[in-house]
Amino acid sequence: MNNSSAVLILDKVSKSYGNGLAVNEVSLNIRENEFFALLGPSGCGKTTLLRMLAGFETPSAGCIYLDGKDISPLPANKRPLNLMFQSYALFPNMTVRKNIAYGLEMERLPEADIRRRVDEVLSTAQLGELAERKPDQLSGGQRQRVALARALVKRPRVLLLDEPLGALDKKLREKMQLELKRLQLESGITFIIVTHDQEEALVMSDRMAVLDGGKVCQCGSPTELYENPNSRFVANFIGVSNLLEGVRSGPHSVRVNGQELAVETDAPLVPGQPVAVVVRPERLQVLGEGEVCANQVSGHIVEIAYHGLDTNLHVQTGFSDKPLIVRVPSSQFEFAHFAIGMSVRLGWQARHARVLTR
Amino acid sequence: MSQSRSISGTALNTHLWLVYAFLYVPILVLILLSFNKSGLPTAWGGVSLKWYVALAHNSAILSAALNTLIVALAATFIACVLGTFLALGIELRRKGNDKGQVVDTLLMAPMIIPDIVLAIALLSFFNLLKVGLGLHSIIISHAVFNIAFVCAVVRTRLKHFDYSILEASIDLGASAFTTFRRVLLPAIFPGVLAGGLLSFTLSVDEFIIAFFNSGSGQASTTLPMQIYAMIRFGVTPEINALATLVMLVSITALLASQRLNKAPRTHE
Repeated sequence: MNNSSAVLILDKVSKSYGNGLAVNEVSLNIRENEFFALLGPSGCGKTTLLRMLAGFETPSAGCIYLDGKDISPLPANKRPLNLMFQSYALFPNMTVRKNIAYGLEMERLPEADIRRRVDEVLSTAQLGELAERKPDQLSGGQRQRVALARALVKRPRVLLLDEPLGALDKKLREKMQLELKRLQLESGITFIIVTHDQEEALVMSDRMAVLDGGKVCQCGSPTELYENPNSRFVANFIGVSNLLEGVRSGPHSVRVNGQELAVETDAPLVPGQPVAVVVRPERLQVLGEGEVCANQVSGHIVEIAYHGLDTNLHVQTGFSDKPLIVRVPSSQFEFAHFAIGMSVRLGWQARHARVLTR
Repeated sequence: MSQSRSISGTALNTHLWLVYAFLYVPILVLILLSFNKSGLPTAWGGVSLKWYVALAHNSAILSAALNTLIVALAATFIACVLGTFLALGIELRRKGNDKGQVVDTLLMAPMIIPDIVLAIALLSFFNLLKVGLGLHSIIISHAVFNIAFVCAVVRTRLKHFDYSILEASIDLGASAFTTFRRVLLPAIFPGVLAGGLLSFTLSVDEFIIAFFNSGSGQASTTLPMQIYAMIRFGVTPEINALATLVMLVSITALLASQRLNKAPRTHE
């Protein structure tokens, strides 16, 4: 959108291995101070893309611009970008302090400066007491913080993070998500994170790009991607989706299973075009006696999955092969006495249904 | 049932001890005899260090010992440098795909080819190139098989090596050389040292290859060759003492090597 604030521009970057394309003409603008997520299933090319940014792979085609300059010819050790490795890649023979100081020593900074900056980072990352430990004396979470500190201390233009939270357990991961976000805000450094965990991307990023088969499917803010997915792949990959396959029958209608469903869409009208209608589980309501809604389907409950705060009802309707998933607050669940086999009517507003042509 | 098991257990135990006895009694006898005051293998004359003292005054043995030390150290050094780079080359190249069976087999060759074949091959090789024989030709010959051993030991260490630390070093701005010196070498150094100790051990008591490629004269006689020369006039207690010392050196180096290789930095 606004090119002037873009710190990193990828212009039709491709990477081929043998006869396969790992990355296929990816163009992205990463803005200053942005937390950007590259999200996709394994093998979608996101790690290859990150490694090209870091300088460990050379693009087969396309250019990478940093602050307007093409950095493609620069080797990894000459790029003002740093990578935090998935395995953390801490130097086992050096203490935490030595690990962090390493990058600054490579810049041949005066010793006093190195000391000061390392101390600074040690305290931001809450590693002060561990400074003299070796990596094998640290827990997973501590190692992760050292790896982050080691990259941050270099004050890179862009920090690249390869699945930074992948090796941590769920509780710690949630804590570190917020921690990373805080560090990004405080340091004012642009972060690009690679992850396969859509929740992680939704929580942390300002903008994200969903990749599949080496291509960018959609790029935008988490809200945009969640509320307005542009394809079945994105709708399925981010969050839980109910997809109803049908054909376009009018400007505001899609015929599914012989029934006209009301939708709001600005997709051009191509009568008879096969499309999918997507409705998020929290947008579906269980209709009470006599309640009416723009769209209504009936079915019976086949499964009840309790998640604490919410309960997911799986309702078989005949409108799709898979049961529709309805999220109801658990408090309401107790009140309504839902049970497996029970017949229910589901309803949703036209504005909550998206039409997907891809 | 438990009765039969305990009987078979006892039988197995006895068997085990017999095997151990078969392996180690001759060596124990040799060590004992090296401390025997009377020079006869048949009569025990009391404990004495006189054969060790005699050893220290035998100039032929001392010069042979010095030669062995020179050969072993030089061959080990060459093998450590070349073997390590060989291992790095193979493993870095292989990283990711698992081809290279041919390279593997070729590498194993110097370890399993009979010594006598290697000895003759090297001798013809030196003749062909018109290289005179002496300590230098023994050093080169020993380096040939030692490279294979160092390479094998270093490669086992590289199998569990996290290559991303090399990329991390480059990413932080280090040159390839700095990465080698400050990250790679410290990480594989215990392996290099273990390989070095192993090749030192092998070199110290290697006889056949040294014998074929030494040329003539005391100047290029190594310890095993010296022992062989002395033994032609009968086994003297002096040789027992010498053998005991050589064994001590070998076992120490071997144990150190195993120890280094077994515990890859659980804790430092």
